[in-house]
Amino acid sequence: MAKLIELKGISKSFDGEKVLDSINLYIKDGEFITLLGPSGCGKTTMLRIIGGFETADEGGLYFDGTEISDVPAHKRNINTVFQKYALFPHLNVYENIAFPLRLKKLAEDTIRERVEEMLKMVKLAGFENKSVSTLSGGQQQRVAIARALISHPKVLLLDEPLGALDLKLRKDMQNELKTIQQAIGITFIYVTHDQEEALSMSDTIVVIAEGEIQQIGTPTDIYNEPENAFVADFIGESNIIDGTMLEDKLVRFSGHTFDCVDGGFEKNEPIDVVIRPEDVDVVAPEAGMLTGKVTSVTFKGVHYEIIVDIRGFKWMIQTTDYVSPDATIGLYIEPDAIHIMKKSKYSGMFGDYSSFSDEMDRLSDADAAEEF
Amino acid sequence: MKIASKIYLFLIFGILYIPILTLIFFSFNSSNSTAVFTGFSFRWYVELFNSPETFVALRNTLILAVLSALISTVIGTAAAEGIYRMRSKLLQTAINSVTNIPMMNPDIVTGMSMMLFFVALAGILGITYEDMGFTAMLISHVTFCLPYVILSVLPRINELGDSLSEAALDLGCTPLQAFFKVKLPNIMPGVLSGMVMAFTMSLDDFVISYFVGSSNFQTLPLLIYSMTKKKVTPDMYALSTLIVIVIFVMLLISNFKSGKKVEKKRKAGGVK
Amino acid sequence: MEIKMKKKNSIMRSIAAAPHIFWAILFIVLPLIIVLYYAFTDSEGSFSFENIVSLGDYAPIFTLSVELSVIATFVCLIIGYPLAYIIAKAKPEKQRLYVMLLMLPMWTNLLIRTYSIMAILDDGGFLNTLLGTTMHIVGTKGAVIFGMVYDFLPYMVLPIYTCVSKIDKHMWEAASDLGCKPIQVMTRVILPLSMSGIISGVTMVLVPSISTFYISQKLGGGTFELIGDTIERQFVTGALNTGAAISLVMMVLIIISLTIMNRFSDEEGGIIV
Repeated sequence: MAKLIELKGISKSFDGEKVLDSINLYIKDGEFITLLGPSGCGKTTMLRIIGGFETADEGGLYFDGTEISDVPAHKRNINTVFQKYALFPHLNVYENIAFPLRLKKLAEDTIRERVEEMLKMVKLAGFENKSVSTLSGGQQQRVAIARALISHPKVLLLDEPLGALDLKLRKDMQNELKTIQQAIGITFIYVTHDQEEALSMSDTIVVIAEGEIQQIGTPTDIYNEPENAFVADFIGESNIIDGTMLEDKLVRFSGHTFDCVDGGFEKNEPIDVVIRPEDVDVVAPEAGMLTGKVTSVTFKGVHYEIIVDIRGFKWMIQTTDYVSPDATIGLYIEPDAIHIMKKSKYSGMFGDYSSFSDEMDRLSDADAAEEF
Repeated sequence: MKIASKIYLFLIFGILYIPILTLIFFSFNSSNSTAVFTGFSFRWYVELFNSPETFVALRNTLILAVLSALISTVIGTAAAEGIYRMRSKLLQTAINSVTNIPMMNPDIVTGMSMMLFFVALAGILGITYEDMGFTAMLISHVTFCLPYVILSVLPRINELGDSLSEAALDLGCTPLQAFFKVKLPNIMPGVLSGMVMAFTMSLDDFVISYFVGSSNFQTLPLLIYSMTKKKVTPDMYALSTLIVIVIFVMLLISNFKSGKKVEKKRKAGGVK
Repeated sequence: MEIKMKKKNSIMRSIAAAPHIFWAILFIVLPLIIVLYYAFTDSEGSFSFENIVSLGDYAPIFTLSVELSVIATFVCLIIGYPLAYIIAKAKPEKQRLYVMLLMLPMWTNLLIRTYSIMAILDDGGFLNTLLGTTMHIVGTKGAVIFGMVYDFLPYMVLPIYTCVSKIDKHMWEAASDLGCKPIQVMTRVILPLSMSGIISGVTMVLVPSISTFYISQKLGGGTFELIGDTIERQFVTGALNTGAAISLVMMVLIIISLTIMNRFSDEEGGIIV
């Protein structure tokens, strides 16, 4: 797959505040790429620069090898599905979708044929004459997608398109978007703050924080081999523990020395260790590599989520076996469940569950959603 | 593009303000010309303050404006609540369209119809038209102020919905208490802006007052009209200047207040 | 029994509207019925079509009033739309300043504004004195139209401004994203979306322009008679029946044109003041 879009050293500030800091990224033709990060990380700005709604302060933007920074939005072969859809309220469903073709002054027959085809693709056949304001959120979403795709763009930009939908509809639309993308085979650049959405839809995920790219990779790479504490914490749940790399494939943390599969570090280099909650086995205290005291147990349906105090550091562990609170348990960790990361500026900021509660989790989710 | 729109704004606002500024300028003229400036003086202001006519008109205008604002606010706010609670959509629409007639109709038609109404009423009651002077004026002013009050209160009530009143009822309020203790404070901004609107509409009205009014009840606009009937001397300019200044101050205050509100909101909501 | 209770209940629900309904019937509906009565009776009080038939004589006055007020409304729209657009796109604190600058002349009494224009444009007025010329402006159609535009421009600008400033900013981006050139963004998306503002602006300028009598008295220099002047003359001379008939016709004309205009704006349009 060839490079379709390339960002070289893109920087952007608003009112003196740096939103994007020398971003380098290339996007291949036909891939589903997701820009993932917390709100305010610069992902939407990046999308708007690609769409032509903002101009970068520095750096180059290339489309098929040509610099397009000065090409206005209406001349770019890139279309956008906006956060709140931005459907035109003065036009009905048919005219909204036909809008780009009318601008190109195509014959009425061609327009009708292509609009019908689009409507069928987004499963809205028969909705032609409806006013857009009478549609549900999900239906408006589909109209927005049809309208953006009808002029056959090379790239579709989607800015948190599912943010306003409820959970069930979100899941359905995720599948549908993926299906549409595979059917027409063009590049989708997708912006979201929802890590689950990113993991389930993308070919490539770009994790962004504070205007910088933290990691680029496939969903499995990002989940299994996060590059720093920020990525490890942002994608899924992680216990992040201070450790020392004794030598290749041998690491020491929490007062115990473990075999692991990573290497390539200096001798005795301080590192961050990531252990996913589901990769820890609960065993009898005497059989454990580590022992700790259970401080809380929550039933989650498929598993229990328990918080274990190990030498003052709270771990989260997911297990299918019930353990009683206040019990002392042993933990067993396989070598390939231990992932080693180099120290970064995010070290020590994440991965401790001592202040963890479900309520807090929900609150911060609501915060993130409120912005949209 | 930016410069072009700046020039455009400047040009239009310039034209909009030149007449007002010349008027202020000539109110300080020492001679009685409104075309040739002969020297600076407060002569016309002194003359204005020495004429009892002005003060009577000013007093009348204020009494009329305050009373019609109060009455229309009370009736209008109650009406908005009543309309909101009405079950029949048809009735709601009917009442709204009748209410809006004085707003949509040209003032001259409203004035004419009110005048004919009071002529007929005087006939029936066996009194002279002049006897009703103030009452007729007050009724007319309340009538054309009502739609403005309802129009600014009704959206607030719609926005507020039922949940607050229901909570109040649930906690033991009588319906009346629920309205006065819970609903009214929450729709207060709408009520106040309706009242201010009614006050200014009454203050500003010339056409309807001209038709309905009788010689024994002079208001400022009527006074200005009679002054401009003849060749005007700058005392009318002096009066107008004072009116413009009062309006300007009122606008500044309201602007300052709404500015503060925006600021507060921005602070409360954090920077986005 | 139960039905009766229900009915009583539903009347009680909206009892607060009762004073207003009473007021509206007595002081809005009844006076209009009296206008109707006067329009179809002679001065003796007996039924007659005389007043309505005689209105044919006023046809030229009606035509002139419509002509001048339509031109004035059109000029207001042409000048006012860009103004409203520029204000709506300015920074919030600037917007507040500009809106205030519009409100000040609007709240200044119409008589004062109109008179001050006359004093400037008059034959021996400020403009001629300043330039040392003898231009004859007051007494021309142009002067009357200028007066209407000057007096009512803010009524055009404010509703359009309100409407444009409410348009989602993504509309501009979406239009250009889908292939609109800047000019097409305006014609295809923004103008249609500001239609409800335009319509209320047009109404708010047209109605007072067509019925004015002060502007034509002062700036027409006594050479023009518009419908407003005619009604006022009937009022002053006491020819109330003819006055009522003309008022009635004007009201009907305005209701018709408002209905037609409201057709153009769809459900959310309406008249926003």
